[in-house]
Amino acid sequence: MIEYNRFILENGLRVLVHEDNSTPMAVVNIMYNVGARDEMPDKTGFAHLFEHLMFGGSINIPEYDEPLQRAGGDNNAYTTNDITNYYCTLPAENIETAFWLESDRMLSLAFSEKSLDVQRKVVCEEFKEHYINKPYGDVWHKMRALAYKVHPYKWMTIGKELSHIENATIEEVKAFFAKHYCPANAILVVAGKVKTEDIKNLAEKWFGVIPSGIKYNRNIPKEPQQTEARFLEVKANVPLDAIIKTWHIDARLQKGYYVADIITEILGGGGSSRLFQSLVKEQKIFSNLDCYHFGTIEEGLLTIEGKLVKGIKMEDAEKAINNELQKFIDEPATETELTKAKNKTESVIAFEDMSVMSRAGSLALYELLGDANLINTELSKYNSITVEDVKEYSKKIFNTTNSNTIHYYSNN
Amino acid sequence: MLNRKEAPPIIDTVNLNLQLKHAEKFTLDNGVDVYAVNAGAQEVIMIELVFFAGNSYEEKNIVAATTNFMLKNGTKNKTAFAINEHFELYGSYLNRNCYNETATLTLHTLTKHLHNVLPTMEELLMESIFPEDELAIYKQNQKQRLAVNLKKCDFIANRLIDEYLYGIQHPYGKYTSTIDYDKIEREELITFYEKFYKKGNCILFVAGKLPTNIQQQLNNVFGKLPFNKKQINQPTHHAQPSIEKKYNIINDANGVQGSIRIARSFPNRHHEDFMKAQVLNNIFGGFFGSRLMANIREDKGYTYGIHSYLQNHIQQSAWMISTEAGRDVCKPTINEVYKEMKLLQTKLIDAEELDLVRNYMIGGLLGDLDGPFQIIARWKTYVLNNLTEAYFYNSVNTIKTVTAEELQELAKKYFNEDDFYELTVV
Repeated sequence: MIEYNRFILENGLRVLVHEDNSTPMAVVNIMYNVGARDEMPDKTGFAHLFEHLMFGGSINIPEYDEPLQRAGGDNNAYTTNDITNYYCTLPAENIETAFWLESDRMLSLAFSEKSLDVQRKVVCEEFKEHYINKPYGDVWHKMRALAYKVHPYKWMTIGKELSHIENATIEEVKAFFAKHYCPANAILVVAGKVKTEDIKNLAEKWFGVIPSGIKYNRNIPKEPQQTEARFLEVKANVPLDAIIKTWHIDARLQKGYYVADIITEILGGGGSSRLFQSLVKEQKIFSNLDCYHFGTIEEGLLTIEGKLVKGIKMEDAEKAINNELQKFIDEPATETELTKAKNKTESVIAFEDMSVMSRAGSLALYELLGDANLINTELSKYNSITVEDVKEYSKKIFNTTNSNTIHYYSNN
Repeated sequence: MLNRKEAPPIIDTVNLNLQLKHAEKFTLDNGVDVYAVNAGAQEVIMIELVFFAGNSYEEKNIVAATTNFMLKNGTKNKTAFAINEHFELYGSYLNRNCYNETATLTLHTLTKHLHNVLPTMEELLMESIFPEDELAIYKQNQKQRLAVNLKKCDFIANRLIDEYLYGIQHPYGKYTSTIDYDKIEREELITFYEKFYKKGNCILFVAGKLPTNIQQQLNNVFGKLPFNKKQINQPTHHAQPSIEKKYNIINDANGVQGSIRIARSFPNRHHEDFMKAQVLNNIFGGFFGSRLMANIREDKGYTYGIHSYLQNHIQQSAWMISTEAGRDVCKPTINEVYKEMKLLQTKLIDAEELDLVRNYMIGGLLGDLDGPFQIIARWKTYVLNNLTEAYFYNSVNTIKTVTAEELQELAKKYFNEDDFYELTVV
């Protein structure tokens, strides 16, 4: 049971406090309700670029990092398709430094041209490092565009192309800030060696005076139900052929999400998982094989991807995956397989909860999803899943009309 | 009225009294030492068996790593599938890793399942059979993985810079080729296993929420095994650093970035300069606020990240600068690295910057000591490097007291361009 206290400032900022006296540290985590899904199709990658600019100085404080480091603290941030999260850890005695820094950049950024100019370049190098200069680096750009026709999950957080980042202007940065970075669209979680009463005072003092801003109402087009299988062939300078397949699954809080999570465990969650045992070990068709999903808030994708053993034909590998999935529908998961997946889930949650930073991040995400207490009820949702649930949901999602496939050929 | 331009008062973290939680040490019936840290709120536990079975002990390339990897791939009574299923059924993770001196078998599990999975660890250590077909799959898949990695400039750069520093014959400098995989024989694995695992030298590290009878549980399972019967001496290896210092490699004619590695040899943790060098390294390129990051990323935008560090080796180390930079700015990046070195040699670090780094490092240490796995990791480093907890308190003291003059002297001693290997792989 993870205990927390919750209160809302007058300007709408939601604050959660999780006290844990076993650590000498404090975590200050701010999650903004904005991600790559809130971008325009011709200005992708902006939410992430903006995250970089949040470190380029705020209205009253020229340098974000320096004072934090001087207080013995450290910080980082990440952007996903759904949200943007900023967190710092520091010795609990110095927690007010984090309030000072975070509140000032929520109040207003410095909007420096120099910072924008540099961070455009930095993000372009990040793009190149992870998605251009790596074998198979473009596969998710292509898969997203294949699987989503309407929904903004069709582009990656880093952006669709370098030019979108290169063309970002300071006016766009200002407008983005005004729209998304305000108390009405943020959640503050403070965790560690802190007292709720002190945090109330600090939150009031530093964040209380920031204008509320307008609550952002997301109006994203829903992805229409897919009605026929989609295929794409790619040829690239890679050493091995590869297959990547995806199927649409339910949104984060729907039951299907939890079942899909269990399905990925049974199919690909370890050395004794079905696909690994059959396709890598017994049939020797793939040299590696993964089954996973991204845990997105809106309707996501369950993925199976693998690299083919040299000499295996693409059609045969494709057929082998489909046979396994058919088998999974015909001969559904055993009780042992289900228990294994549930035990692993219990274990993953326990190990994650060891870190106070991870607990703070989870509380923020669940609050954003509508109820912070989900942090305490997740496991029971997994535990209630039955063999029958797995069978039914597999039948539903592993339907060819719901599938997207990329055959990624080596041209070496 | 709130003055937002003024920072709230802070406590200098250098004034905090840092304590390394003591690791309890006990010895199993067979003489195996165990270091245990009982801490944390979650009902989880980590058990790590460290064998002196790293690649320094092998006579042929990748025998050590392959033996270590295949510990999970079959025993007299269990197939690889059965082994994996057993651990996974209890939500447990069993990992193995091979390093230069040591090779490990590490269990992470909920404490309540410990008694179910411990005996199987024993089975892997006493009854592994290294099935021929499992070895064949391993070879094939590793060769495929290698083929993909060889397309990555960072992977190539990491291999080559170590070769230049230590020589291809040295455990720290050697790397793997497809031919090495082809040449591995099952019999070699069995011989290595017999000598370095079954009858090997072993140390245990455990951490987490420990059951009260942990000593007894470990002794029942591992205390009767034939470990530590005789001392295994580590073969001596001499580094044969490359003569040529500068390299440019084109791995992919269409590459859009270059992997840059700049490195020089450096003594190990027992050398008097090591702790001070950690402070100088932080200022130079050891964290987000370092000079290399401030200049090359935050001012010039040449890279997503640039870091410097001291390699984590036991025998000898190296001081390394590592970055991936835009192809057209590789040369200017390298020039700026040397410029920053020169600056540290010629200009005294001002008090403000040095204070910041002291506070940052102590704050970081405080965070690093938070949690049982972090604490035991520190103990493991000390034990394997033949150090005591005094090393921790000396490090803290060095961070608090090292002077700008001492750091400048260190820069003069170690930051000479001519001493560095320099490599760019596109």
